[in-house]
Amino acid sequence: MLGFIIQRLLQSVVVMLVISLLVFLGVYAIGNPIDVLISPDATQQIREQTIRAYGLDQPLWKQYWDFLRRLLSGDFGRSFVYNMPVLQLIFSRLPATLELTLVAVIGATLLGVPLGMYAGYKPDSAISKGIMAFSVLGFSVPTFWIGLVLIFTFAVQLGWLPAGNRGETISVFGVEWSFLTLDGWKHLLLPALNLSLFKFAMMVRLARAGARETMLTDTVRFARASGESEWTILRRHVLRLIAIPLVTVFGLELSSTLAFAVVTETIFSWPGIGKLIIDSIQTLDRPVMVAYLMLVAFLFIVINLIVDLSYAALDPRLRIRRTA
Amino acid sequence: MSAASPVAIFWDEFKESRIAVAALAVVLLIFALALAAPFISPQNPYNLAELSLMDARRPPGFVGSKGYTHWLGTDGQGRDLLSAILYGLRISIQMGVIAGGIAFSLGATLGAFAAFIGGRTEALIMRIIDLQLSFPAILLALVLAAVLGQGKWQLITALVAAQYAYFARTAHGAASSERSKDYVDAALSTPLSTARVVFRHILPNCLPPLIVVATVQVANAIALEATLSFLGLGLPVSEPSLGMLIAHGFQYMLSGRYWISIYPGVALIVLIVAINLVGDQVRDQLNPRLRR
Repeated sequence: MLGFIIQRLLQSVVVMLVISLLVFLGVYAIGNPIDVLISPDATQQIREQTIRAYGLDQPLWKQYWDFLRRLLSGDFGRSFVYNMPVLQLIFSRLPATLELTLVAVIGATLLGVPLGMYAGYKPDSAISKGIMAFSVLGFSVPTFWIGLVLIFTFAVQLGWLPAGNRGETISVFGVEWSFLTLDGWKHLLLPALNLSLFKFAMMVRLARAGARETMLTDTVRFARASGESEWTILRRHVLRLIAIPLVTVFGLELSSTLAFAVVTETIFSWPGIGKLIIDSIQTLDRPVMVAYLMLVAFLFIVINLIVDLSYAALDPRLRIRRTA
Repeated sequence: MSAASPVAIFWDEFKESRIAVAALAVVLLIFALALAAPFISPQNPYNLAELSLMDARRPPGFVGSKGYTHWLGTDGQGRDLLSAILYGLRISIQMGVIAGGIAFSLGATLGAFAAFIGGRTEALIMRIIDLQLSFPAILLALVLAAVLGQGKWQLITALVAAQYAYFARTAHGAASSERSKDYVDAALSTPLSTARVVFRHILPNCLPPLIVVATVQVANAIALEATLSFLGLGLPVSEPSLGMLIAHGFQYMLSGRYWISIYPGVALIVLIVAINLVGDQVRDQLNPRLRR
């Protein structure tokens, strides 16, 4: 097990290095940030000063080397636009995205798994067919359009919920959270719903497929023969057997939800890192773009690692093979 | 007819699913409408001379200053929405098909060659592809669209980069199993070039799974393009695709003018759902595990 962990860690480091190079090249090799930073009628002197101040006069490989060195010491540079350290900027926005993503993914799982299991348990009932039809819709309809419809229905027409921003927040250890206030929850509900629909559809499909297969296995037959109730069978045996793929998807979805949060945050003007990246793309604020991409890549790799390890913990077959 | 062609057999099976046939009909209808847009739409939405601000933001059914009815209303610049949607569909489909097509040829070639060459090169290529697949396509497209700037080909590049990996993965899987078959060895024993063997012998046999991926990916490309356009990273404003129409309508939605965003969205969804349904049926038919 230890060897496996070390091997995976080394792999992750190599992948991070490759990604950092690609991100650096992709973001720095194209476009000229100077045009964004200073007005076109600035004097030549101001121009050169700014170029030097941001280190843009150095050769590309030198810039990359400095960039890597700074990264390792936790310095992601300063945002061109906000004129503050990028790391500080991102960490001030991160809680908003984290709570939105977590509420969306956890909500989708808690709702999607039981409904999917039901659809797999009774595949021919009308309710199951309704659940499946709904999940097809959740898969096909673009996130941004659902967001618009939600805003139009619940914010504009019915006026029940607000259409944007985080609402009232409570500060815990210097971090602002919306989910601790009622007003915050009201603001959180629509974007979380928007973000969760796709995950919900996916969870329903996975749970249904898993439950359908598992219901036909001997495990269930023997459990029935031993007189266990259907409820116990579903909870104790079926759920446990389909948990492995569900945990994998849960983990992987957590990171891809971070990516989709870009869309949702833009629509609901939710001040998280997704909105930040869109804004910085539009203003060509490169340090922010680079830091965001590195952060997402890092999260991806960490989550993948955790998923791999929990896979090994959940599935005894893998445990045996790897220790052997 | 004694020996039915594979296409005819395929069609016979396809016909059994009524939903799939209906979906196919919808896809064909939308494609035809998009192709015929210049001839059937009431106005040319890109010709500013035909637009009148007097007619802007009117609800569905409004009779405009030009004397005809705007069945789906008008947008903020007085564009007839029905015309804008027809033209928008044209652009969306065009982007989806071109991007999907390039991603198909690029990915399939890469995947098949990787499987054919084998060894370290194969391992390296597939490693990169797996890495890319674990990264969400939308982020990749977003960053590329941002650094490349606005424009049709920039956007297509971003879409292709986000999608070719799916084709490569599929082609690699199919080609690896073809590689070990006798007919490939037979072809290689003749003085045919490697490229010819890959393109004329191996790839055609990998087509069925690739076609399934292609249908889904065209739908995905259309959705992705709409999303990027919605975020303001897509095509230039002069030729709005469906995503951009929806984005422009967003600002009017808060004042209750729903139609500018809703109707283009409905057109987009009908198209995507229909393509996906056709793709589902094709996948089921080509899946050997479900073969009767």
